[in-house]
Amino acid sequence: MTLKLLLAALIGTTLALPAHAADIKAVASFSILGDIVARVGGDRVDLTTIVGPNADTHVYEPKPADAQALSQADVFFVNGLGFEGWLDRLVEATGFGGPVVVASEGVATHEMAEEEHAEGEHDQGHDHGETDPHAWQSLKNGLVYVKNVAAGLCKADPDGCATYEANAKTYSDEIAALDAKVIAAIDTVPAAQRKVITTHDAFGYFGEEYGVQFLAPEGISTDSEASAADVGRLIEQIRSEGVKALFIENMSDGRLVEQISRETGVTIGGELYADALSEPGQGAASYLEMFEHNIALLVPAMTGK
Amino acid sequence: MNFYDLLIAPFAQFGFMNRALAGAMILSLSAGPVGVFLTLRRMSLTGDAMAHAILPGAAAGFLVSGLAILPMTLGGFAAGLVVAVLSGLVSRFTIQREDSSLAAFYLISLALGVMLVSLKGSNVDLMHVLFGTVLALNNDALIMIGAIVTISLVTLAVLWRPLVAECLDPSFLRSVSRAGHPVHLLFLALVVINLVGGFQALGTLLAVGLMMLPASAARFWVRSLEALCALAVLIAMASSYVGLLISYHLSIASGPAIILVAGAVYFVSMLFGRRGVVTSNLRPVRHRVA
Repeated sequence: MTLKLLLAALIGTTLALPAHAADIKAVASFSILGDIVARVGGDRVDLTTIVGPNADTHVYEPKPADAQALSQADVFFVNGLGFEGWLDRLVEATGFGGPVVVASEGVATHEMAEEEHAEGEHDQGHDHGETDPHAWQSLKNGLVYVKNVAAGLCKADPDGCATYEANAKTYSDEIAALDAKVIAAIDTVPAAQRKVITTHDAFGYFGEEYGVQFLAPEGISTDSEASAADVGRLIEQIRSEGVKALFIENMSDGRLVEQISRETGVTIGGELYADALSEPGQGAASYLEMFEHNIALLVPAMTGK
Repeated sequence: MNFYDLLIAPFAQFGFMNRALAGAMILSLSAGPVGVFLTLRRMSLTGDAMAHAILPGAAAGFLVSGLAILPMTLGGFAAGLVVAVLSGLVSRFTIQREDSSLAAFYLISLALGVMLVSLKGSNVDLMHVLFGTVLALNNDALIMIGAIVTISLVTLAVLWRPLVAECLDPSFLRSVSRAGHPVHLLFLALVVINLVGGFQALGTLLAVGLMMLPASAARFWVRSLEALCALAVLIAMASSYVGLLISYHLSIASGPAIILVAGAVYFVSMLFGRRGVVTSNLRPVRHRVA
């Protein structure tokens, strides 16, 4: 009796399998990129994301589960530009031989904003003076990301190319529409007031693209420690330039910004999402949602509510 | 740049500099004596061990209530106390000495903590969130440091004599009183609260550094216990002040700046202190002559 049940169960599961199997397995390095891959890939892609929502990719250390997911993947999507310091080691350790798609390929990069230091002080903080990796913070770069992801998926799974291209087109249109919306929203803020303070320098591309000046006590990575001079200078700047927008990011320690807020009397405007998405339901669970959330906080804060 | 601009202006101009100075100086008051006793008991590496040992407590706090500071700090206290007390008990009732028992327990604790963190799945760097920075002392942190220092100083005052006896002549103490064990355990508890409070408010480097470096440096100048404690406190306070100024004028990270100043004091003390290397060798050795 039990033998027949077992046999039936076995046949049942094998019959059920093909209906749920995705066409290719993909691994994305962090949540924002994962969302882009999921949008372009759709149902054809079985996606695993390594660095999840609200987590810090700069200081992430891969787990065995990540190595396992990568070893079984058909394609690996990464941001590049030095964002994932643990990348090379993970690829080497797992012996992953498949294609590594660098989503930021072809993006116009810039160096981390030079702070006013004396000459000869360029070894401060390991990411100082290097390329800023947060390229996705400009929606125009986001379009490049989508293009690269679609190309990567096409190459790994030529059968699904038509689907990927179609998804990419729809997504790109949405991104372009949001881009126009962001530009219009920033336009409502007087030019002299387009200044924001955040915990770390993740918004360089956003600032460059949309004409907003971002200042931060910590450097380009959450790993660096602020000096009293930096904080003092920042406070001076806030006071003299009348900066009204002060924000904490979702995965760094907010106490320093709180201190600055206490000292300058500027209230903290909320939580911005820079390097990672939020959990579903928290308001920034997708790339587009993240942008909308940030804009909804930035614009009122800059105009002084 | 005149005298005022160099030495006073940063603190007059910025509230955060004031608070940083206040926080560091207040912690120096209890870090000094505690550090002296730790060096006397050959437990100088306890600070670093403790920084790792509190992880499972913080992880438990994180698992229960997410990234909230208070549960994580309380969990950290609990874990640190358990590790300190257990290692103290093991070193007393078994053949094991204090340094190896502490090493064993903190490693077990650290591994437990790492495992707990990975259970939740998200890879948040807990310690990054838990350990503060001297430039970001809010009122809660200052109140906590104040409370810790008050409790420490009062406890030290009350326990002074048995603690000294316990450190320097434990067999004598055992022969006249049964206070040895409890006093030692209480002292360990003091170490833990000073450390964990320091971590949370000022970061590991600063908390451990303010405790160990001034105490080690003071050894090269004075011999009596009271003088050691007083000098350690003074060195810690002076290092905090100078370190913050350096961090401000030369744009260096503040925690390391303070500790490097303390380190420089240590170095100079080791070489030129009254009981230092150079000074001892320069002074002719006096023989008794008939």
